Amino acid sequence: MTTYTASISMSDPNAEHYLLAPHERASPVKPREKATNVKFDRDHRETIGEYTSASARIRCRNVDVFYGEKPAVQDINLDIGNNQVIALIGPSGCGKSTFLRCLNRMNDTIQDCRVTGDISMDGKPIYGQDVDVVPLRAQVGMVFQKPNPFPKSIFENVAYGPRIHGLVNAKSELEEIVEKSLRRAGLWDEVKDRLAQPGTGLSGGQQQRLCIARTIAVNPEVILMDEPCSALDPIATAKIEQLIDELRELYTIVIVTHSMQQAARVSQRTAYFHLGHLIEVGETAQVFTHPQHQLTEDYITGRFG
Amino acid sequence: MEKSNLLMLIVLLGVAAYYRGTHRAESLIAKNGPRLHSLPGFYGYYMALWSTLPALLVMVFWQLGEGHVMTAGALAVLPEEMTKADASQISLLINDIRNAASESTYAQANPVIQAAADRYLQLGRQSNLLLTILSLCVSLVGALFAHRQIKPTFRARNQVEKVLTVSLVSCALLAILTTVGIVLSVLIESVRFFQMVPVTDFIFGLKWSPQIAMRSDQVGSSGAFGAIPLVTGTLLISLVAMIVAVPIGLLSAIYLSEYSGPRFRSTAKPLLEILAGIPTVVYGFFAALVVAPFIRDLGTSVGLDVSSESALAAGLVMGIMIIPFVSSLSDDFINAVPQSLRDGAYALGATQSETIRQVVMPAALPGVVGGILLAVSRAIGETMIVVMAAGLSANLTFNPLAAVTTVTTQIVTLLVGDQEFDSPKTLAAFALGLVLFLLTLALNILALRIVRKYREQYE
Ligand SMILES: Nc1ncnc2c1ncn2[C@@H]1O[C@H](COP(=O)(O)OP(=O)(O)O)[C@@H](O)[C@H]1O
Ligand SMILES: [Mg+2]
Repeated sequence: MTTYTASISMSDPNAEHYLLAPHERASPVKPREKATNVKFDRDHRETIGEYTSASARIRCRNVDVFYGEKPAVQDINLDIGNNQVIALIGPSGCGKSTFLRCLNRMNDTIQDCRVTGDISMDGKPIYGQDVDVVPLRAQVGMVFQKPNPFPKSIFENVAYGPRIHGLVNAKSELEEIVEKSLRRAGLWDEVKDRLAQPGTGLSGGQQQRLCIARTIAVNPEVILMDEPCSALDPIATAKIEQLIDELRELYTIVIVTHSMQQAARVSQRTAYFHLGHLIEVGETAQVFTHPQHQLTEDYITGRFG
Repeated sequence: MEKSNLLMLIVLLGVAAYYRGTHRAESLIAKNGPRLHSLPGFYGYYMALWSTLPALLVMVFWQLGEGHVMTAGALAVLPEEMTKADASQISLLINDIRNAASESTYAQANPVIQAAADRYLQLGRQSNLLLTILSLCVSLVGALFAHRQIKPTFRARNQVEKVLTVSLVSCALLAILTTVGIVLSVLIESVRFFQMVPVTDFIFGLKWSPQIAMRSDQVGSSGAFGAIPLVTGTLLISLVAMIVAVPIGLLSAIYLSEYSGPRFRSTAKPLLEILAGIPTVVYGFFAALVVAPFIRDLGTSVGLDVSSESALAAGLVMGIMIIPFVSSLSDDFINAVPQSLRDGAYALGATQSETIRQVVMPAALPGVVGGILLAVSRAIGETMIVVMAAGLSANLTFNPLAAVTTVTTQIVTLLVGDQEFDSPKTLAAFALGLVLFLLTLALNILALRIVRKYREQYE
């Protein structure tokens, strides 16, 4: 019998090298050593750079997250500074989303997810026994990777949060909040004539801004964004990036992103994650131009991703 | 050779042809390198199809024609005065011959008939022999033909898949034609009924008493065929059933899908679904022997007049029967609501019950409603429970404590026992069947449309 599979050409001598996971590569193809000031090699796992912040809103110390027995994130120390944007970057599956979801206890909704360590917001631990997640989540809002408007009207989507938190008494007040949130999310002009239409009928970028408006409407202090632009086209992405820049004055923002350009454009600080470890953190410009860790450099020069 | 053996032989030939074809294709590869159009197996299937399908067709047509030839031959043996009778006598004669032929030990047969039976058997043997030779030839010729076609450029896969497509289409057509046939026969019989009883009397009549119509020689014996009491009875019982099944089914679905842990869910859900596996006749006697007397006694103890067969008893038990329908379907739809919507609500600080009431349920509602409508149509068509627990008296009432009767129950009572097939009483069953069919069809179409619309929203 003859096999019908096509054979893979293995003529490239470096092919095998790229098939291995990064930490398995014995001796790498010599990196361009010239412009680097890398001080730490690939095996170093302690966080490099200044992880504390003078104006910290959220303080994380020794945070581990497990799914069942499997550790997803290990020993994270990181401060989230007030009124700044911090970008979390790193290859897929390195635990960025997992860490992000710790900050508003969204991990509680996952059956076998366990968080250890200390996370405090304004000095108060958020994983304490007596902490109520409802006000916490009102304080720490979240925008997801895929726009997820409720199957309700545009107005109701934004009004939902203020309603359940009893933020308003009169209908006029509610309308005011909805308009203000939609304006702040840069969506008002596009939807003001069709507030009664379903939110699911908007374009992807509009839906994502609707979700941001929905989050803003409950008056949060911190906004978590998990790859908010990954499902959007470049124009919608540009709008959202501009929005993030504007929102920074009022909110503290943590954004996970796959795009290094995006991190560079919108964030003041950047944290690089690798296989569940926080490898390097620092001023965005510093991390992108002078990474100190070999893994960080590998990632931002596109050696893997 | 017996036809069953012949069939087996042809199948065996088909298997052999498959191996032969595959082997030939493989040897072609060995000779020319892998440049066959299709995988070797397809050449095998191609050959197998050619060696079996035409032969089977021959068998089918032979079987269709054989009976006529055999009886004609047997009748020819009989004296002429016997075969000059009319058609019904001829068919009696044929029956006699067949009987005599099938029971060879039965000695008492009339010698003339016996002779015809012998002829009949002889013809049968000849026919079988001929068929064996013919179909085997067809099979072999088919295989040979296919074998000669196997070349590297031959597109066996396309041919085989064409046959597959045709067979799939014919299966689908068969199912559709069956449905159409049933509907047509119900329709035609109903039309016959409506020639005897005016449609308006049937649809708007408030009285149902088909029994009188039996004695057609009596004065004023037209019978009363008003379907309204039956329809209201059906709807009353379905309503009771839904009042039981919808809340229990829906709430248990919400509990199972949103609150319970995976371990509880994995045991509770199958247990709930066992309810759907209990035969309805068991529910029926449970209703008749346990629930109905219980309700009657309860009613009497508080001074209510409850008949021993009541719409309430039937409806309650039917509701229990339908719970797994509602819960299982609702559970599916609740689970189909994307997790991202729940996350969105939780991230705004909604509690679990707020999320379920205000986000998950509204999103799942169209699907749930569709599921409930499917359950209603199931309740309307349900027969056994109402036959046993709801009674037979066609009262036009909305009192669930009274005995009522339903469309299905009446169909059963109309057709049980010996009846002429052209009396209005019997034909009324078809008209009722038509009503039932239209009712459930409308519900199903409505339900499916709702469900489909909901599905599109998330995919
Ligand atoms: N719900 C879950 N259950 C089990 N393992 C999970 C779950 N979510 C994520 N993980 C695992 O945790 C690790 C980190 O995932 P994630 O935080 O989603 O990475 P990232 O967002 O950086 O791509 C991955 O190995 C992933 O397989
Ligand atoms: Mg992620």
